[in-house]
Amino acid sequence: MNTASRWFWFASPQTFFPLAGTVARWCAVAAALLAAAGLYVGLWLAPTDAQQGEVYRIIFIHVPAAWMSMFIYLVMAFWAAVGLAFNTRLSHMMARALAPTGALFTFIALWTGSLWGKPTWGTYWVWDARLTSELILLLLYLGFIALQASIDDTRRADRAGAVLAIVGAVNVPIIYYSVQWWNTLHQGASVSLTKAPSMAATMLGGMLLMALAFWLYSIAVSLVRVRCLILERE
Amino acid sequence: MLDAARCIVYRDLLLALRRRSDVATALLFFVIVASLFPLGVGAEPNLLRSIAPGVIWVAALLSSMLSLGRLFAADHADGTLEQMLLGAAPLGVVAAAKGLAHWLVSGLPLVAIAPLLALQYDLPASLYGVLALSLLLGTPVLSLIGAIGAALTLGLRGGGVLVALLVLPLYVPVLILGAGSVEMAAAGLAADAQLLLLGALLVVAAAFAPWAVAAALRISIE
Repeated sequence: MNTASRWFWFASPQTFFPLAGTVARWCAVAAALLAAAGLYVGLWLAPTDAQQGEVYRIIFIHVPAAWMSMFIYLVMAFWAAVGLAFNTRLSHMMARALAPTGALFTFIALWTGSLWGKPTWGTYWVWDARLTSELILLLLYLGFIALQASIDDTRRADRAGAVLAIVGAVNVPIIYYSVQWWNTLHQGASVSLTKAPSMAATMLGGMLLMALAFWLYSIAVSLVRVRCLILERE
Repeated sequence: MLDAARCIVYRDLLLALRRRSDVATALLFFVIVASLFPLGVGAEPNLLRSIAPGVIWVAALLSSMLSLGRLFAADHADGTLEQMLLGAAPLGVVAAAKGLAHWLVSGLPLVAIAPLLALQYDLPASLYGVLALSLLLGTPVLSLIGAIGAALTLGLRGGGVLVALLVLPLYVPVLILGAGSVEMAAAGLAADAQLLLLGALLVVAAAFAPWAVAAALRISIE
């Protein structure tokens, strides 16, 4: 069996079901371990920030959650596009299973951000570009979930949601840049691929550990959700 | 192909002409929303002048969204939409024609009446042109994006509220650029950048939205 057909072999819900169970279990365990390590590094090992004091430690949750919130939307739109193109049931189930996790991370990013904003900026909410685009991202997730929830026919729900996810994914960069142009107060990104990060190594390490933990958590819960969807539908 | 598009635009305009109250309702809604703001925030002229572009644009957004329900619902109910799906004309062209007709009925009147609202808000007359131009470029984008939402929610329970949740976040760039252009002009700066970007949005939406609408219609009707 060549590689391509092995991939398609797992595109069938029946064969994917046991695989998803195994992967979800391992990912959940790894996520718990990495989160424990990340929180240890973040809350005990990382030094206190020179300007912000202890408050900055919320970034160990906030930044990975914000990363995941945007990344999951792209993954969701990817599976939606695959589902529309190849008409595979499993892809639509993946898209549907990812949405609640993405919305959750968006909400966590907004919430932790406002908790951080109160002591640092002196206010829970400002109409800053990143906050606003994150809020709009949350609305896009909720729109996707609401559309799928209001259609009883699963095939139509899947495909309508897929069109919406793709339209949203095309719009996300446009929204992001228009909002950024409109107003920006948020500090620039401290971590980028092209230049050295402007923070201590332990801080960065803790953040990356937490990001990995969030990744594995997302994979685990969305696979569990896919398993529920498979049981429900097949 | 163009014949089909012309037919659909002509037919939709004729239908709108026969039921003038529908058109008038959306227009009145636009006026009422914009007139409520001074009652809420106070009639201080400087304040009104500074919020005017945003208020007029938000009212335009809501008014355009309010009339989306009519876009496909009646055709869906009497089976015309199914005939359009089965017909020889590409569905994307049909969708574009429906979007154009919707804009002519619900967007263009807003452009015409907006200077009147600007007068209420005591905007200087030099800004009327920018306001009208920004609405002229922006409202077709609203109709095109809104058509996607209307096609996706076709025949669903609670479709009206749902369509608001789907399309309003997607309207954000148009709102920012549209209101921004007027604010730039009010500050004495050139509004070209915002207007050009609005034009770019219009081109992109005109090129891609009809096909998304067509896909959504196929999904909803099948």
